[in-house]
Parts: sequence; structure tokens; C-alpha cells
Amino acid sequence: MLDRELKKGSAELMILSLLEDRARHGYEISKLIETRSGGTLRFNVASLYPLLYRLEDRGWIQGRWTEKQGQRRRRYYKLTAPGRKVLRAQRNTWQSFVAAMSRITGLENA
Amino acid sequence: MPEFRDEIRKRLAPLRLEATREAAIVEELGQHLEDRHAELKGRGTSEQQAYDTVLAELDERDLLAKGLRRMERQPRVEPVPAGGPWHGGFAAHLGQDLRYTLRSLRLSPGFSTVAVLSLALGIGANTAIFQLLNAVRLRSLPVRNPEELVYLKPSNSHGRSGNFRGSFSTFTNPIWEQIRDHQQAFSGIAAWNSTSFNLATGGRSRIARGIYVSGDFFNMLGVLPAAGRLISSVDDTRGCGLPGAVISFPFWQREYGGNASAVGSKLTLDGHPAEIIGVTPAGFYGMEVGNSFDVAVPVCSEALIDGEWKVLDRRDGWWLAIVGRLKPGWTPAKATAQLESISPGIFQATLPDRYKDKEAKEFLAWKLAAYPASAGISNLRTEYEQPLWMLLAIAGTVLLIACANLANLMFARANAREREIAVRLALGASRTRLLQQLMMESLLVAAIGAAAGMVLAQVLTRVLLSFLTTRGGQVQLDVTLDWRVLGFSGLVALITCLLFGLTPAMRATATPPIVAMKAGARGAIGGRDRLGMRRVLVVAQVALSMVLLVGAFLFVRSFQKLVSVDAGFRQTGILVTELDFTQLNIPLEARNSFKQQLVDRLETLPGVESTAGVSIVPVSGNGWNDSVHTNASGEELQEVSWFNRVTPGFFKTMGTPILRGRDVSLSDTLNSPAVAVVNETFVRKLFKDKDPLGQTFKVDEGAGKPESVYQIVGVVKDTKYRTLREELTPIAFVPRGQDKHPDTSCTIVMRSDLPLDSLTTAIERAVGEINPAILIQFTVLKTQIRDTLVRERLMASLSGFFGVLAAILTTIGLYGLISYMAARRRNEIGIRMALGADRMRVLQLIMGVAVELLGIGLVAGAALSWWSSRTARSMLFAVKNTDPAIFAAAVALLAIVAMTASFLPAQKASHLDPLEALREE
Repeated sequence: MLDRELKKGSAELMILSLLEDRARHGYEISKLIETRSGGTLRFNVASLYPLLYRLEDRGWIQGRWTEKQGQRRRRYYKLTAPGRKVLRAQRNTWQSFVAAMSRITGLENA
Repeated sequence: MPEFRDEIRKRLAPLRLEATREAAIVEELGQHLEDRHAELKGRGTSEQQAYDTVLAELDERDLLAKGLRRMERQPRVEPVPAGGPWHGGFAAHLGQDLRYTLRSLRLSPGFSTVAVLSLALGIGANTAIFQLLNAVRLRSLPVRNPEELVYLKPSNSHGRSGNFRGSFSTFTNPIWEQIRDHQQAFSGIAAWNSTSFNLATGGRSRIARGIYVSGDFFNMLGVLPAAGRLISSVDDTRGCGLPGAVISFPFWQREYGGNASAVGSKLTLDGHPAEIIGVTPAGFYGMEVGNSFDVAVPVCSEALIDGEWKVLDRRDGWWLAIVGRLKPGWTPAKATAQLESISPGIFQATLPDRYKDKEAKEFLAWKLAAYPASAGISNLRTEYEQPLWMLLAIAGTVLLIACANLANLMFARANAREREIAVRLALGASRTRLLQQLMMESLLVAAIGAAAGMVLAQVLTRVLLSFLTTRGGQVQLDVTLDWRVLGFSGLVALITCLLFGLTPAMRATATPPIVAMKAGARGAIGGRDRLGMRRVLVVAQVALSMVLLVGAFLFVRSFQKLVSVDAGFRQTGILVTELDFTQLNIPLEARNSFKQQLVDRLETLPGVESTAGVSIVPVSGNGWNDSVHTNASGEELQEVSWFNRVTPGFFKTMGTPILRGRDVSLSDTLNSPAVAVVNETFVRKLFKDKDPLGQTFKVDEGAGKPESVYQIVGVVKDTKYRTLREELTPIAFVPRGQDKHPDTSCTIVMRSDLPLDSLTTAIERAVGEINPAILIQFTVLKTQIRDTLVRERLMASLSGFFGVLAAILTTIGLYGLISYMAARRRNEIGIRMALGADRMRVLQLIMGVAVELLGIGLVAGAALSWWSSRTARSMLFAVKNTDPAIFAAAVALLAIVAMTASFLPAQKASHLDPLEALREE
């Protein structure tokens, strides 16, 4: 498992990225992070939701209770217009950061 | 599935989150944990193991509590549920509340329609009456700086005698000239008088409204011509003849289609040709509110137009009104002081020759005073201001009753929404927000009602105006909307909104949620307290509508009495024909016989039962009186008696019985002794009921002239003379054949059963055969009398209408309350019936409440009516404002209607099936 601080710094970017295509609920987000990272990264309930609420509070994502046919009512989060801008900016920053790290540490891939 | 929500709640508890927020988080996290738990189990983890793992994740390094604490401390800006806590003030939620309210109003179309309609009616009626008041009383004249205008009047004039012309006969021309030449208070001063001109040169008269204006009139008011030029000082000089006429804008449009060629063309005014020199601007109607003019001519031309009857130089010819524009810095008080100082000189110089002793002394003591005239002056105002204020009060009361109904509806609505409001309060909605939302509903209803009311008012105002319009003249009032009317309606709407909305809203949100939610579930006897408020409203409604009904009955009864009063003569089937033969230039001594010739000619028309000449048509408002005295009864008695000049057959035509002696006859001429036929009151007052036949009385003819002596040859039944309202007065009828100064007009009364049209055509033909230059005007006596009762009819109709409206509204209110109460006590009634109460008992139970409310309301209403009816006293005829019969009638009517209204729901309640009522529990 990665260090907590590192995870925290990148967490926002991960969540925003996952919501880029469509709205997802909290459990789905946590599952996606786990599967796509091949089990390296895991967000549990205690760390995920405060983060979601904070992003929502900043107006980057928006949560809404929705009922889909045959399913129970769930809270779906979607990316807002400001959130989309933030995502773009963070992606750039992250890319430059990763590139810089590679050059300094001689790593091929981050 | 294990329950995680309680675990989450436990961990959130120290954070003290807002209830709705906490509920949302618990729900969301609970779902997450359930999913996680299912996932773990799906991988083969044991139940206990999965549970422990999930809880461990929840508790992971206390992340949840820490993260949330940091987050939730900051104020949240996410959208709150409807009725959530207050953020950002009223405006922030305006749009939301508006949408919410519109939706909720759409969902209850019945309530919305009733509410908006009753408000529209109430506000419309109030606005219409206010609009008239505004036009009559408040609006400024459309001239330059109207606030500088004052009108002049002697502050202490008592009676004065002489010749009176026009509606504002305050001054004589000699007095006007003196004031004009000696005043120092005004930068401009002008005199005017209203009159009428006949535009026709023969046949049927065409009457135009005219004004005489002094040279400076238009200039002083700051009026500029719309075409040509206006009358100026150069036109108004002694011996001017008829230098030209100015016509009004509406007259220009009506008669000349607004054509510029009208200026320079000729008009005929009472047979005298006059050139049109200009047109006044649109919107200018002179100084008199409610009475515009068609043609204006200079004061000096009165001498030519009125010919031998001119008053221009008469010191006792009262026909002018004076208006002045204050110099900068002068006030009406300062102007009055200056006018007072010049008064003695002015009145000394203009003392009428025939004023002697007391009259002369009084005249010389007159003091001129200046009164503000920014709103013009108006007889309409004198006559209608009080009725209009009273109608406004009545309409206001109706609106109040309507508001009470709406408040009742709002109470019922709030009751129905009790649970909803309780839930919202429980979920953390703030009371202020809920209040705001509930008030938004009242505000919206009031606003829509007011808007509809304003539209309605425009129609109602026109109806009211047509009410005031008589054959004598169209009432011309500027009733366009202005800021005063808009402000008035807005204010009324706001007040009504507060009246019907605030208390129910306060009540609805004041109940603790827990109580409301429990009460909503079951209630054997529910909401005593809230019902109390509604009871008060209904009692108030009953009391107020009682006041309006008493008012309505008073005015209607008074009007009925006036209409059915015994005038002493026939009112129906009498046609009055006025013939003017000034153009024929018949010498004085031939006029009496010419007039008789006209009467005789019309008498022979087929279908005419009888005709007679008369100088003053009864109840036309005109009159001629003199001081008469006699000592026939042994003591010297003096009275003011009214006079009329008639030809033989007058009494027969009018259906007035001759009680003793004879009618005037054709043999009563200037060469025979002067005779008179008098009425019963004359005999009673001057002869103490002794036989007056053959007795004489004398009339003062003024200084220097011998007294006239009349011998009484007949006695007729009492008749009304000037108005239907007046007390019976002494009247002396003298033969027209003995008129020493006959004028050039002849009024003929005619009794016939023929339809009016064929009769007037026949008369026109017959008169035309005698001479086509004779001018003819027709009046139906009944119409003319009816026109004198406009004010009374207005009050009777409108107060009657409002009274009925009030009674209906109150009935609806009572019906609503009783139905509601019966519905709320369904369980109680069910239990009572199950325990053996019969239908009669139940009926009594419900009706008892109605009777109680009605009783209190009626007693309060009677007291209120007794107190408020005093204001109507001066407007009543032959009815006492405290007439017990009228109070009894109002009580009876309200009681019957109200009891019927309560009986229906009570009856329904008594037919309740107890089983069914209890099963619902």
C-alpha cells in the first residue's frame, strides 16, 4: 500500500477522473479505484466520503439522490463545469510532476 | 443483512450535524457498508468476519469523524430542501418560493379561483370608487403650477338676493372689475361662469356647454392653444359684441373632426353668429371638475348674447366665479389678509341699489377670502364627496369580509397541511422560511387579485360614471390611472394579504411538530384553539355584514320613500316642451298672447289630453320666491312663498286637485285685478286655515316700487316645488296673462298617452308651421325628476349591492366553518351516536354553535350599525337612521340566510353512519 500522504495528494485527481465520463455512486468509485489499480489503491468508507463531500463542497462535483428502475435510491456524483476545469489543470500539473520525477530519479514509468 | 446505520449514527453523533444532513450521510454510508459487506461475503468470508472488517474500515484511523468535522464546520451552500434553513435573505429564495407557490396554487384550483375572484371583486370595487374620488377630489387641474391657484369667495356671505346664473354664481361683474383692479396678491386673476348655448337656429335645440371667461383666463392658467389663438385681454372689453369664440378640443374633434379649417368658421350661439378663433388643448376642461365646456366666449359678450336679460352691469346679477394665481411667496392666508383690507371699498362701490337696511348692512360687511384651488372647484365634489367616501368605507368593509373568508380558507389549508409543515419543521426547516413561503402564497393571491381588480375597476368606474350621468349633462371626469390609484390598489392588496395571510401562517408554523403530527393522526376533538380564531372571524363577518345590510336597507328605504313620495302632481305621462322665440323679436306687449297662441296650438294636436303653460316646471330645481305678508287672519303674518306663473288648465294637466274656488282663467289679464291660486300650506301659514277666498296678500317689490296685491281665487292641494326632498312650502300660482315682463320663452306641460316620438314630431311640425325660427327642447318630466335623484339612486343601488355581497360572503364563511367543524368532529359525533344520541341531538349540537356565533355577531353588528349609521343621517329621506324596523329586517335576513347555510352541514352530520365514522379511526 502506498503512503497515505501520496495517496491523499492524488486522490482528488483520481475521483475527478473517474467521474469524467459519467455519474457514479460512492461504492462504485471505491471499487473502480481498487480494480483499476490492481488492488494497489484502496479507499475505504472512512476516507472516501469525507473526500467526496469536500469536493462537492468546493463545487467540483455534485451529488444527487437518484432512483433507477429496479435499483434502490443512491447518491450519484457527477462532475460540474468548474470540476472539469480543475481536472484539466490537475492532470497537467500531475503530468509535469511525473515527468520531473522520472527525469530526476531515472524511473522509466511512474 | 446486519444493520450498519445505527453504528454510523453513533459515530456521527459527536459531530452534531444538522438532522437532514445527518440522515443523508447515514443513508449513503449505510448503503456503502452493505455493499461492502455483501462483497466480502461473496468472496467466502464468514458473516462475523465480514461484519468486523466493514466496521474496522468504518473506524479506520478515525478518518470519517476527522474528515467530516473539518468539512461540516464550514457553512454549507448546497441547495437545501424546500423550507430548509434561512440563507441569504428573502431575495435568495424568492424564485424558489414563487415556483413552489405557483405549483401549490395550481394544485388547488378551487381555492385559487375563489381567492383570486373574491379579492378581484373587493379590490376592484375599492379601486373604482377611489378612482372616482381621486378624479373628483384629489387630482390637480391640468394647468401650469396648479398649486398656486386659489379661488375667491366672501367668507361671511349670508343670504343675498338678485338674479343668479350658472353653477358658481359667487360674484357680480361690477365686483369682479373692482377686485381685478385693486388686488395685489395675484400675478394673474380671472373670472368665469358656466352657461349653455343653443347652437341651433330653429327647430330642435342643440345645446352646447359654454363658459364666459375674462380676458386673462387662459393666459393666467397657462393654457396654450391647440389651434388658432385663445381669448385674451384685448377681446374682453366693454361693448365688445361677440368678438370670437374658443372651442374645446373634444368639441373640435366631435363637431369638426379636428379639422384645422374649423378656426375661422362660424358658430351660432343663442342666435348670435360667432367666429371660432381657436381651440383649447386636449385635456383642458376649464376650472370645474366633472363639467367640461364646448365653447368659451369673453365675459363682455354676455351683454349681446343675453340681450334684454343681460346681467353684465347688474349689481345684483350673480354669475361669476373668480380664480387667481398667487404671486411668488404669497400664501392663501396672506392673500386673504390683503383681500380683506380692500373688501370694504369694493363692496361699498358695488352695493346693489335695491339692497336696503339689513341686507345692505350685511353686504357691506362681506370679507373676501382666498381658498386653495389646485384641484379646481366642483359642484360634483360638493354633492358626491361624502357619498363616495361612504361608498369607499362600505366597499372596504366588503373587502374586509372577503379577507375574513380567505383567512378562514387559509386556516383550513394550513390545517390540511399541518402534517406536511410539521414534517418539514422536524426535518430542520426554519420557521422563518416556512412563514416566508406561506406568506408568498398570500402575496401572490393578493397580487393576482389586485391586478384583476385593477382591470375590473376600469369597467366599474365607467359604470359608476354612467350612473352619475343625467340627461342634463355627461359627467366628464379624468379617470385615467395615476400614481395615486396605483398606490391605493397596491396598498389595499398588501393590507389584504397581511390580513388574510399572516395569522394563519403564524399559527400554522407555531404548533410544535410533535403535537401537529400526533394531532394529525387522530383527533376526537381537534384544534379547539385554532377553531377559536376562526370563530372570531365569522362573528366579525356577521357583525360587519349586519352593518352593511342596515346601511343598504336605510338607503334603499330612503330612496323608495323619495320615489313614492306624494309630489302632489302626476309624474308620469307628462312631456315638457320649452319653446324659445327670442329670434322672432316679438314686442313685450304681444308676448303673452303669442305664448297663449302656442299653448292653444299644441292643445289641438291629436292625442293630447291637455296642455298648459308654466314658468317653472315642478321639481326642476328652479325657483322664484318672494316675501309675502297679509293681515287677513287678524294678525300681520309674513312668510317666504314660492311662486309660479301658469295658464288655465295647469292643475288639470298636472292632476293637482283644486280644493276650493277656481283655476286661473284667460280673463285674468293685465287689465283685471291681480289674482292667485294658493296651496294648502299657504293657507295654513298665512291665513291660519281661515277661508282665504277673496282675501288678499301683498308682495314686497323692492325699494321705490309699490307693493303688489293679489286676491286669492282658489286653493289647490299641496305640491312639491323645487325638490322631492323638501318640506311642503307655501306656493302661490299667478296667471300668466298678468305677467308684466314676459320673456321670450314658453314652457308647456302636456299630458298624453301617445308614444313620445310621434308626439315630439307632431309638436315640431306644428311649431315649425307657426315659425321655423322657434327653438324647441323636450324633457320628459319623469326623467327629469329621476335625474334629481341620481345621488340617492347611486347610494341605494351600490349599498344594496354591497350589502347583498356582504351577506353572501358571510354565509359562505359560516357555511365553511360549520362544515369544517362538523367534519372535524366526525369521530366525536360517531361516538355520540353509537352511545345513543339521535339525529336531533346531533343537529342541535351543530346548530347550537351556529346560533351562538350568529347571536354574538348580530349583537355586535347591531351596536356597530347604531354607531356608524349616524354618518348617513344627512343623506336619508324620511327614514331615521336608527329605525328599529330596518334593524329588525337586517337581523332577520342575516339570521335566515345564516341558519340555512349552517343547517346544510349540520343536517349532513346528523345523517352520519356511526359505524363508518368509527371505522375510519
